[in-house]
Amino acid sequence: MGERRMSLEASVASLLHDAIRSGTPVLLGTLGEIYAERSGVLNLGVEGMMIMGAVTGFGVTLATGNVWLGILAGAIVGGLSALIHAFLSVTLRANQVVSGLALTMFGLGMSGLIGGVFVGLPLLTPLRPISIPILSDIPVLGPILFEHDLLVYLSIALVPLLWFTLFKTKVGINIRSVGESPATADALGVNVFRVRYLCVFLGGLLAGLGGAYLSVAYRPAWTEGMTAGKGWIVIALTIFAMWSPGRALVGSYLFGGVEALQFRLQPPPPHGLGISPNLLAMLPYALAMIVLLAGTRETIRKRMGAPSALGTPYVRGEK
Amino acid sequence: MRPTLKMEKRLVTPRRVMLAVSILSIALALLAIAFVFIEYGVDPLYAYTEIFVGSFGSVYGLSETIVKAIPLILCGVGLTVAFKALVWNIGAEGQLLMGAIAATGIALYVFPDAPPIVVIPSMFATGFLSGALWGVIPAILKAKLRAYEVITTLMMNYIASNLVDYLVYGPWKGLKEWGFPYTDKFSPSASLPVLPPLIPGMSHRIHYPTLILALTLAVVIYVLVMKTKLGYEIRVTGENPDAAKYAGMSYFKTVLLAMLISGGAAGLAGVGEVAGVHYRLRYARGISPGYGFIAIIVAWLGRLNPLAIIPSSLLFGGLLVGGDAIQVSLGLPVAAIGIFNGVILFFVVGAELLTRYKITLEWGRGG
Amino acid sequence: MAVLSVVTKNIVKVLKPFGKRRLRAVPDTSLKEKTDYGENVVRMMGIVKRFPNVVANDHIDFDIKAGEIHALLGENGAGKTTLMNILFGIYHTDEGEIYIRGERVAIKSPKDAIELGMGMVHQHFMLVYPHTVAENIALGLPTSKFFFPAREVEKEVLELSEKYGLKVDPKARIWQLSVGEQQRVEIIKVLYRGARVLILDEPTSVLTPGETEELFMILRRIAEEGRAVVFITHKLDEALAISDRTTVLRRGKVVKTVDTSKTSKRELASMMVGREVLFRLERKHVERGKVVLEVRNLHALNEKRLPAVKGVSFTVRESEILGIAGVAGNGQRELVEVITGLRNATKGEVLILGADVTNRSPGEIADKGVAHVPEERIRMGLVPNMSVAENLILKKYRHAPFSNKLLLKFTSIDEQAEKLISQYNIITPSKETPAKLLSGGNIQRLILARETSENPRLVVAAHPTYGLDVGATEHIRLLLLKQRERGVAILLVSEDLEEIMSLSDRIAVMLGGEIMGIVDAEGAKKEDIGLMMTGAKRITNALEESS
Repeated sequence: MGERRMSLEASVASLLHDAIRSGTPVLLGTLGEIYAERSGVLNLGVEGMMIMGAVTGFGVTLATGNVWLGILAGAIVGGLSALIHAFLSVTLRANQVVSGLALTMFGLGMSGLIGGVFVGLPLLTPLRPISIPILSDIPVLGPILFEHDLLVYLSIALVPLLWFTLFKTKVGINIRSVGESPATADALGVNVFRVRYLCVFLGGLLAGLGGAYLSVAYRPAWTEGMTAGKGWIVIALTIFAMWSPGRALVGSYLFGGVEALQFRLQPPPPHGLGISPNLLAMLPYALAMIVLLAGTRETIRKRMGAPSALGTPYVRGEK
Repeated sequence: MRPTLKMEKRLVTPRRVMLAVSILSIALALLAIAFVFIEYGVDPLYAYTEIFVGSFGSVYGLSETIVKAIPLILCGVGLTVAFKALVWNIGAEGQLLMGAIAATGIALYVFPDAPPIVVIPSMFATGFLSGALWGVIPAILKAKLRAYEVITTLMMNYIASNLVDYLVYGPWKGLKEWGFPYTDKFSPSASLPVLPPLIPGMSHRIHYPTLILALTLAVVIYVLVMKTKLGYEIRVTGENPDAAKYAGMSYFKTVLLAMLISGGAAGLAGVGEVAGVHYRLRYARGISPGYGFIAIIVAWLGRLNPLAIIPSSLLFGGLLVGGDAIQVSLGLPVAAIGIFNGVILFFVVGAELLTRYKITLEWGRGG
Repeated sequence: MAVLSVVTKNIVKVLKPFGKRRLRAVPDTSLKEKTDYGENVVRMMGIVKRFPNVVANDHIDFDIKAGEIHALLGENGAGKTTLMNILFGIYHTDEGEIYIRGERVAIKSPKDAIELGMGMVHQHFMLVYPHTVAENIALGLPTSKFFFPAREVEKEVLELSEKYGLKVDPKARIWQLSVGEQQRVEIIKVLYRGARVLILDEPTSVLTPGETEELFMILRRIAEEGRAVVFITHKLDEALAISDRTTVLRRGKVVKTVDTSKTSKRELASMMVGREVLFRLERKHVERGKVVLEVRNLHALNEKRLPAVKGVSFTVRESEILGIAGVAGNGQRELVEVITGLRNATKGEVLILGADVTNRSPGEIADKGVAHVPEERIRMGLVPNMSVAENLILKKYRHAPFSNKLLLKFTSIDEQAEKLISQYNIITPSKETPAKLLSGGNIQRLILARETSENPRLVVAAHPTYGLDVGATEHIRLLLLKQRERGVAILLVSEDLEEIMSLSDRIAVMLGGEIMGIVDAEGAKKEDIGLMMTGAKRITNALEESS
């Protein structure tokens, strides 16, 4: 780009493009958490699962030179760490808030330990964006929508797929019933434990995927704590999305936009506004609070709340 | 005829069971972490001895453990109040930092030349108020707008730590500290006094005013929760919010006061750190290696009993000091402590099952 | 690693139904068989089930024949629901055997029970309220399609509802339906899965007398097909009306199984309780005093922001019991909550002794002398983990002598606890015992002790004897009558029509948020009240009109 000032149109296009990129890890995490919470399990360990996915993705890509292997590994590690939370919350009926926090602490610590050797190392085979032929030539929309890496497209494709599964299939009815009234589902022969384990595992897979995206595609590098609270933003977004994959898309890209904006406002004029990076860094978190409030108000207004059994362990026959 | 594991719901959990389970969880956690050590080619016994010796085996080590335990006690007893009201205050870290900011402001800008008798109480007072304010905002959002406090308090943590960083890199950057993210050093009248050395020649870092404050607060909070009207209201609200409403208790007032106390206590911890340990404000991570989060484990292990928080804090203070020790001797990165904390919390939380259910082995037929 | 294999196995299991053509569930209609297993579809022998405090089932033998309606009769707490929960796989037996169609079975979960042909309609419906009827019925069906399962179910639900007279709209959401309709969904759910044995737990507790008749007709139709029906109830009259055989349980043991046609109400009652039972309580004639509670044109909304109380007006005087009859869900709960300060009224006034207390806080209203015995004892009226003593001061902790400015005065609290425990006959190991350990009857005594010991002017009692055994029920009713003699005004809300009729001076019927009529209890006819409960009639001939 150099010193050239971009036209307003190009600036906005660039902002939207980066919003989609930035929003992708959060989107993936939110989609996963929606499933976990729909089955009644609150998983506050998203931050830990994401960063485990990030460090694994980076490490495996570095070791094998194959970025897709790294991404897969990141997802699986995310899923496995979610199983710890599932075991504690579902089988041992532990307090879900504290168990999730423990997972986050563990994940942050473990990733710091494993990633110690990765700091400062460059990634020679990151996931690069591709340009979809023909479609990317469309003026305005082309560069915004059709010049992303495959993982972005995968995440977008997951939205209608997960929405459909949740609302229009047998599996979806089972999941939602387990989250609303596990006793009812149990009385009809649905295996509540199994459904919850699977949903939490899926949540971990997607969180790990989102984390891997951060370290091999978005900003191919490893830094300790590189998720910077995105896992917590996922929790806020899940409420804002009213536990529906469609709204998760909107919310995630909103966050992506704010993050992209951060980078643009930071440099001194005439490129940016020269605002201190620390003050700008507060933006996503302040936005998360606003988003949470907006989401909570809407669920109250529309009389549609969280899954009724969210956060409560299930025991058959116990009142 | 096979032996079966029978689980019977307990009606009452005797105190000795709770203690036994707490000790068991720590033991199991240490066992699990030993495996991590082995994976890394480190002899776990060596590592554990290093930690124990480092934190409890010498006078210096013990004093350092106490220094680290002070903020944990303060944050921890504050958290017991919040958690008992079922308000999930994950924001002790941010409340601590706000207390630190307030103290710095008083020491450097409001009363830079005043005598200790003016500065020190003002620091603690404003520290308490800032922490309390930082905690009350999520409380209001929760009570009036039903906003989930786990998220709001957490987000305020990030905002607070960014605020601290902004100040030390920006407007409050020390004039005499070229390039470092520190403020100027506090004047001696704003620095908290330290215990005189027990062994001549040996120096301590134990800032006793804060220590006394911490121990006093633990007792005060214990009395508050168990013996006052407010404590009764907090306990009822946490146990059964419907009954609390039926009894005419104001949910709003209870939640607000609980967070006020909780945030204020954390704020005091922040004051202690800047005025008693560092004598300046530094970047966020330098002020607190996560005291607010570790305090959650401290409180949970102490089963929300303010008096039990004291030994629990010493344990975790010791782990922190020991963690520094093995970092140096074994080259493990700082983050390793997070693993400790996470694993211990896993076991503490998982072992809760044992307090709620009685598990016996039975030789029976079963239906 | 074991977890990993379990997870993978389960993932495969979940994906399996994807491609397969599955048979559709068709209700079994050819059931009139009497094969070599005799007539007994189900035999339960020597069933023992223990809970921490009590032996719920004590060596029970129970059998069910094809084509019969078998009443399982007993007072609350006798063990009826526990026994059926064992048959349905919710509980496991400690001892005993179960035979189904002559074969010994082990029922480890509701899924097993359903596969064996059991179906249960629970007292508290097992429905997912935000979902549609079809989604609820499709839940957990092994034979439903993977994609759009609800659509297929909708068609068959309509068929079933025609056949049995269970009218219901498959696309409606459960929270939109009336309680009677919700029960029909539960019954369809069970029939859809081809149940051979239908177990209904206290099904008439939520129905009007008219709806009860309809239910009985449906049950007879089901039994004629050759299915069996088990009808759990504590209501003698119903057992006599509907069943072929009756088994009476008392304190976990079977007293006797009889042919219903060969027994009488008196015989059943004495079997249930073990002694002669009073059917009418002694009610002294007392002069009514001045107006204590006045409700004027009260309107209020429920949780869903829909009108629940629509212009209700009445008065209650000293030494008077006004009983509000009506099936639950007609606004009684909201009415009680407005009067006690737990809910805001949108219009109208509530006056206590002439003072306007509309929309004041619960604390202020309690201070005016209003006692509230809540409908949901444990959820609202008790802090289960705290001690009996601490629960007894739940309402008055702010006042002397229980506290001064800051501190609670435990000596006074303990004294008060001792006094009330003996006065009200609360059976508890000690005053420090956590309240959740008390039996239902003693919890209610605790609540009554707390509410009535401070000489209230008005007692609002909502379903005070729900779920209690006969002894406790009698005790509570006597306590209420005693308060009435002392000059207290009592507002009684109850679904138990007998209770209303035996305790009240005047009876009001509530339907759809409105008062259908207020009549004197003296000479009131049960049929009239039943008609008011269905909206077919409006009567006001009470001695005193509220204007």
